[in-house]
Amino acid sequence: MTTQADRPAHAVDRGEPILSVRNLVKEFPIRSRGLVRRTVGAVHAVSDVSFDLYPGETLGLVGESGCGKSTTSRAILHLQPATSGEVYFQGNDLTKIGKARIRALRRDMQLVFQDPYASLNPRITVNEIIAEPLKIHGLYGNTGQDTVNDLMQRVGLNPEHGNRFPHEFSGGQRQRIGIARALALKPKMLVLDEPVSALDVSIQAGVINLLEDLQDELGLAYLFVAHDLSVVRHIADRVAVMYLGKIVEVAPSDELFERPLHPYTQALISAIPIPDPRRERERERILIQGDVPSPANPPSGCRFRTRCPLFLTLSEADQSKCVNEEPPLVAKGLGDAHTAACHFARVQEVL
Amino acid sequence: MTQAATTTETVLSVRDLTVDFPTGDGVVHAVRGVSYDLRPGEVLGIVGESGSGKSVTSMAVMGLLPKTARVTGSVRFRDQELLGLTDKEMTRIRGSKVAMIFQDPMTSLNPVYKIGYQLAEAVLAHNDMSREAARKRAVELLEMVNIPQPDKRVEQYPHEFSGGMRQRVVIAIAMANNPDVIIADEPTTALDVTVQAQVLESLRAAQRETGAAMVLITHDLGVVAGQADRVLVMYAGKPVEIGSVEDIYYNPRMPYTLGLLGSLPRLDKREQQRLTPIQGSPPSLVNLPPGCPFTPRCPLAQDVCQSREPDLEAVDGSGLGASATRVHLSACHFKEQVARQEPADLFKATARDADLPEEFGGGFGIEIVDNNNGTEDEAR
Repeated sequence: MTTQADRPAHAVDRGEPILSVRNLVKEFPIRSRGLVRRTVGAVHAVSDVSFDLYPGETLGLVGESGCGKSTTSRAILHLQPATSGEVYFQGNDLTKIGKARIRALRRDMQLVFQDPYASLNPRITVNEIIAEPLKIHGLYGNTGQDTVNDLMQRVGLNPEHGNRFPHEFSGGQRQRIGIARALALKPKMLVLDEPVSALDVSIQAGVINLLEDLQDELGLAYLFVAHDLSVVRHIADRVAVMYLGKIVEVAPSDELFERPLHPYTQALISAIPIPDPRRERERERILIQGDVPSPANPPSGCRFRTRCPLFLTLSEADQSKCVNEEPPLVAKGLGDAHTAACHFARVQEVL
Repeated sequence: MTQAATTTETVLSVRDLTVDFPTGDGVVHAVRGVSYDLRPGEVLGIVGESGSGKSVTSMAVMGLLPKTARVTGSVRFRDQELLGLTDKEMTRIRGSKVAMIFQDPMTSLNPVYKIGYQLAEAVLAHNDMSREAARKRAVELLEMVNIPQPDKRVEQYPHEFSGGMRQRVVIAIAMANNPDVIIADEPTTALDVTVQAQVLESLRAAQRETGAAMVLITHDLGVVAGQADRVLVMYAGKPVEIGSVEDIYYNPRMPYTLGLLGSLPRLDKREQQRLTPIQGSPPSLVNLPPGCPFTPRCPLAQDVCQSREPDLEAVDGSGLGASATRVHLSACHFKEQVARQEPADLFKATARDADLPEEFGGGFGIEIVDNNNGTEDEAR
């Protein structure tokens, strides 16, 4: 698969993608017990995931726990090296080049973590936390402290508080510190792994606004990993939905929420409660039965078929297609930018 | 959802409930005067942010707080006062009259006993029946909460159940003795959305089956919108607004409620408006200054707000004329000013944190809206 061939048509004017992920696979070995720990199987956390991220764009990567969205983001940054597949960042394949070059490239791609209580070193001051990436990359010099002050202002914090320790800040403020640290090296891409899900809504809104401002100001590309679809609809330009290690649907944000094609996307959107009593009570829920199958032994063919409400309505011949044939992620007649991995995809409005 | 309350009798009546925890840093006033009435079959949603006292309130109602907690006020179940009961007396109420569903189904089930045993235990605690009959009832209960193959499932241990199924088992245990009140404390917070939908469905089934009234504690305003009849909004240990679900969502009269609604990203709106956060953070409950605790974060704050804490009073067009089920109360000196306002009318669509003084407003050319209430809330 080449970068050119499957680039969404609407994105042509945005130039080359900053990040291209191709056939990314990440498996974790399952080892036997005892002295000789032979590998007896594998957890297929991410199976053949491909997508592009363009400069200045926000791509939302959504799905429920265990669908592989966090593993995908870690494999992209080479924090957990991929089992196979390619990750092109600004034309360099991160899975092939050496450690030293990756470190140089890390300047341009940074990560913001979910838990602002665990991701900041409690023993050093905020100044030191934000200065750390500058020092590591030899950029601190004489102007380092000014840069740190700038960064604190930029994320809406008072630079006079730089001598304080992380525990003296609230959750929302800590998340801002994490963002300042990620911005220190002037990256081009941020991977945001559930950046607001640990925060209360009134605090969360301020951090979302901050992320929007920073993107407008600095032209950052965001890979926004989240399980909260309301937040994703608000902030993302395009959304990719994952289920059991695979992307099942990709579309521009409004398109995905208004005309979802894949039965899983439909169920996921319909399950989210809307804070509007009249509308919420009129909605029809698509309830999916059971739980996500084990990623150590995923179903054959379409991975969603074991819980799919559409599957139950199909004829036997059609059902065997779902069982035997893995559906490719392709356009389904709603424009090239809207792709879904379902043999029998059809639009169903669920909002 | 609900059988609308047809009578005005109350099953659970909470009056001026306060809970204090003495700590090394001083007394934490976790709950500072909560009053509400619960009518049969009604669902009361209690919403608020972390630390607003919503869970502590319900733990106090159930008598589950540690001995160090100082609880005052009154909790009446029908005609019986629950505060001050001995543990033995309280045990007769818990489960049979008032049942509770906790947030984390991983810790509220005992890992070393079979599901069937734990269900039967709940049944036998309040009923004189044979083990056989209790077991049959256990299977029945699992069926009611939509667990497939209940006769096989009773023989399994909690670790063999997924998170959503465990929570449904907890719901089954709560409904085992047909309680009159079910208190559900963040019952779906730990779960994925598709599983949350299944569990809410089971919760609704449980309520239908037992006709119980329910107190639903959550921070998810979407869940409350779909489930509750009335809503109580808590802030800094006190209710700041109570009303029907429509009053709260379509006509909020407390700036805090309005701010919460404006902070929510909406799944159902095409034109995405910029969010309007509430600046600052909730106050520490150790040394609360006098006045309204929301003052430092409130766009409407005046001098009076700093000196006198407003009482929970009926808003215009509610009050005495309206029936007791419809009354809409708000604790704000300027509640009439909040009427018919959109969140964006009062709150700024800012990205700043509250403790940034004016002179740092410039930043990097990012347009930063001044917070004109002059808050210089210290980072705690």
